[in-house]
Amino acid sequence: MPFIPHTPEDEKQMLDAIGVDSIEQLFDEIPANLRNDKLEVVPTHASEMEISRLMHQRSEQDGQPLCFLGAGAYEHHIPSAVWQLTTRGEFYTAYTPYQAEASQGSLQVVYEFQTMMANLNALDVSNASLYDGASALAEAVLMAVRANRKSKSKIIYMPRTVHPHYRKTVEAIVTNQGITLELLDYDRSTGVIDPDSLPEAPGDFAALVIPQPNFFGVLEEVDTLTDWAHEHKALVIGVVNPIALAILKPPGEWGTDGADIACGEGQPLGIPLASGGPYYGFMCCKQAIVRQMPGRIIGRTVDLDGKPGFTLTLQAREQHIRRSKATSNICTNQGLMVTASTIHMALLGAEGLERVALNSHANNRKLIEKLTALDGVDEVFSHPVFHESVIKLSAPLSDIMRALHAENLLPGYSLQEDYPELENCLLVCATETRTEEDIDTYVDHLQRILGKA
Amino acid sequence: MLIFEQSRTNRTNPSQAPYTRPELDDIPESMRRSKRAVMPETSEMQTVRHYTRLSQKNFSIDTHFYPLGSCTMKYNPRASNSLSMLPGFLARHPLGPESMGQGYLACMYDLQEILKDVTGMKAVSLTPAAGAQGEFAGMAMIRAYHDARRDDMRTEVLVPDAAHGTNPATAVMCGYKVREIPTDSQGDVDLAALKEAVGPHTAGLMLTNPSTLGVFERQIDAIAKIVHEAGGLLYYDGANLNAILGKVRPGDMGFDVIHMNLHKTFSTPHGGGGPGAGPVGVNARLEPFLPIPMVGYDGDSYRWLTEKDVPQTIGRLSSFMGNAGVLMRAYIYARLLGREGMVRVSEYSTLNANYMMARLREKGFDLAYPDRRATHEFIVTLKRQAKELGVNTMDFAKRLLDYGFHAPTTYFPLLVPECLLIEPTETEDKDTLDAFVEVLAMIEQEAKENKDYVKGAPYTQPVRRLDDVRAARELDLTWKLENGQTAD
Repeated sequence: MPFIPHTPEDEKQMLDAIGVDSIEQLFDEIPANLRNDKLEVVPTHASEMEISRLMHQRSEQDGQPLCFLGAGAYEHHIPSAVWQLTTRGEFYTAYTPYQAEASQGSLQVVYEFQTMMANLNALDVSNASLYDGASALAEAVLMAVRANRKSKSKIIYMPRTVHPHYRKTVEAIVTNQGITLELLDYDRSTGVIDPDSLPEAPGDFAALVIPQPNFFGVLEEVDTLTDWAHEHKALVIGVVNPIALAILKPPGEWGTDGADIACGEGQPLGIPLASGGPYYGFMCCKQAIVRQMPGRIIGRTVDLDGKPGFTLTLQAREQHIRRSKATSNICTNQGLMVTASTIHMALLGAEGLERVALNSHANNRKLIEKLTALDGVDEVFSHPVFHESVIKLSAPLSDIMRALHAENLLPGYSLQEDYPELENCLLVCATETRTEEDIDTYVDHLQRILGKA
Repeated sequence: MLIFEQSRTNRTNPSQAPYTRPELDDIPESMRRSKRAVMPETSEMQTVRHYTRLSQKNFSIDTHFYPLGSCTMKYNPRASNSLSMLPGFLARHPLGPESMGQGYLACMYDLQEILKDVTGMKAVSLTPAAGAQGEFAGMAMIRAYHDARRDDMRTEVLVPDAAHGTNPATAVMCGYKVREIPTDSQGDVDLAALKEAVGPHTAGLMLTNPSTLGVFERQIDAIAKIVHEAGGLLYYDGANLNAILGKVRPGDMGFDVIHMNLHKTFSTPHGGGGPGAGPVGVNARLEPFLPIPMVGYDGDSYRWLTEKDVPQTIGRLSSFMGNAGVLMRAYIYARLLGREGMVRVSEYSTLNANYMMARLREKGFDLAYPDRRATHEFIVTLKRQAKELGVNTMDFAKRLLDYGFHAPTTYFPLLVPECLLIEPTETEDKDTLDAFVEVLAMIEQEAKENKDYVKGAPYTQPVRRLDDVRAARELDLTWKLENGQTAD
């Protein structure tokens, strides 16, 4: 029997100790009319050998295309040590560290992670993780509404340049609490919010969300936007790419006072693409509002002998203590992903992260230069970018994408469905993993396909 | 020692990142970082050693018996890990075309079908990232259902007092008020109180069955009838699905919506606090509101189901489709078990719990519900020991660590004083269960002889009991650069 160690002799002794004749008798409190022992769809059991063969077939079936697709999930090199350490049974099969003395390993990892993320964002504190970037933004919005003491408003200014999936997630999660999202449009030529277009009298609102880089890869005027929101007594929520933070001004330094909350997708820090999960969301904030932060937080303290140790802290915010008055319902978070990211950041260090960021930026620029040198390909936005850009093609995009897929290449993300005004526009990305040859492969295929189109 | 404290300025680890440092001349100075973030500067070997050593400071299923009630800490098959980390699965971009994701989508579709079968629900969405997000999806669907019928008087969600904290927290996140329903002396929902509480303002009832008290809610038919007749819907918290897998299905018990914790019942690892996966299943009434994306199959190929297919959906809960790799692990586990293995999960987890309960009773421990069968878990109350010996549940829990056992869940559910909620799971053998029983009895004996010694436990762990009050008062949440080191 898979994963069940009982011998017939064990079973007999155990039933005798209980004082029943059969295992079936142990279920006698379940009303007979409810019983249903027939599973008809679940396949019969298979050996590890058979399942291994099936999974190998299915994984090979999906190929490993050359990837120029980003849009919220990015291919980066992950050092071998990261997942060899992360999948050690002691990390992989531990539970949430409720018994702190027997969980010092996981707890210290998270404390180190909190330090790294707070430093990267130039904010005071970090939590232990949320599910992913999109749900982290939803939690940040809820937090901002709770934390803004100067405003009772439940209005959030949400730029259209925030990832469309993030916006949809935020909408699904926050609207049940009466929060409304006011969309801010972007300038069609620069690709960012035009600070001059911001309303002079925006009325009362709780927070402004600022993506950096934004969904188009373009860099927003974060200083001006931050100061504008603060002038109107609103909080600022930065949505940032952690790799970009190695070279871009961190949210804690935006404008005069810095963003109040920063959140984002942790995937670029050592997590494989893996069809979209598990990733993790990170969240940092200023010390003053830490008690409104959702999720687990690890603190350093001392034990009975005065020795330093780590423990879950500020639990009075959480569901298992506060129940209906908790800051969030989150319980299980993404602990293992945070372990991977912590090891990843430790291996790369600030210098390594910077090189990854600089090379990603440079590769994207090379890619755009070569692509836009082709007839029928233009860059759409004029503002500087991090490692993604929007290009416009002169021919119908879906046909071109199909032709590139046939070459085992992912050309980018088609924007026209989420942004009808960006017809035949493609969001392309190159990270440090793309070589000169990879870029040439893309350019050559596209040239040939456009020539035929 | 922290990784930061092993750091030395200018120690680098060059092969982990590109060797080149391209110039950054097209991003204005005002947008750039002016000062490097403080990060560890350690060698690859130091880093590997540091995190290997940290891992050794953990209890885990791979190293210890972990009878944590309501958490289902069973063995996590290694095949689930290695096969879900095959290169083709890891490299797949979440926004890649369906045509280049048929292998992955097939696994997800199959998993949806398997979960429908074992829960007796009509449709399943895999996207919720954890149990709490599954709960959120479920309650948001209940709200969407009432809203679609313009039944806007329903402002209240009923939650038994034994429920997990996530239940009331979730109801509030969905804009509801929470009303607690008491439990009767035998651990069942107090039906009279429930009848009293329901009405035109009732949106639904959130119930865990078997409950967190370790007993099967026998009056579930009556409860379903009361809630449904009042116009409310019935929510199933799947935390304890392990107890009934292949025996009785939430769909057959009258539940309208359920969430499952795949990191419990389907043996995906807990990872020191996640990731989990909390798929939701619904009956026909709630099917139009399921969260997206889901996976469809037309007999030929698999494709995403989105807003276009599910126009009344409550929407999207994460950037892509939840914790895909966790779902993959659950799928592999389900295939290894098969339909024969599913039913054995509930049978042997129930056998183990009832055996431990019988043995502990024999040793003189008090059971919270001595007249009931245990399900896959049961509750011991140490109220008597606390009073007579001055040694409470926390003391027992900490002393267990010294004997190499992770403590059961303590002080939950809230309505049983000084409780230990014990869930052995089906993957533990009789010898381990026997050893735990002996140790618990031994700790009681120790308490009789030298209570202070037990109260000082643990002694064998990396640290002794930690000062939680200080942790919350003098917040130390990040390591600060001290001793004159500079960042650059």
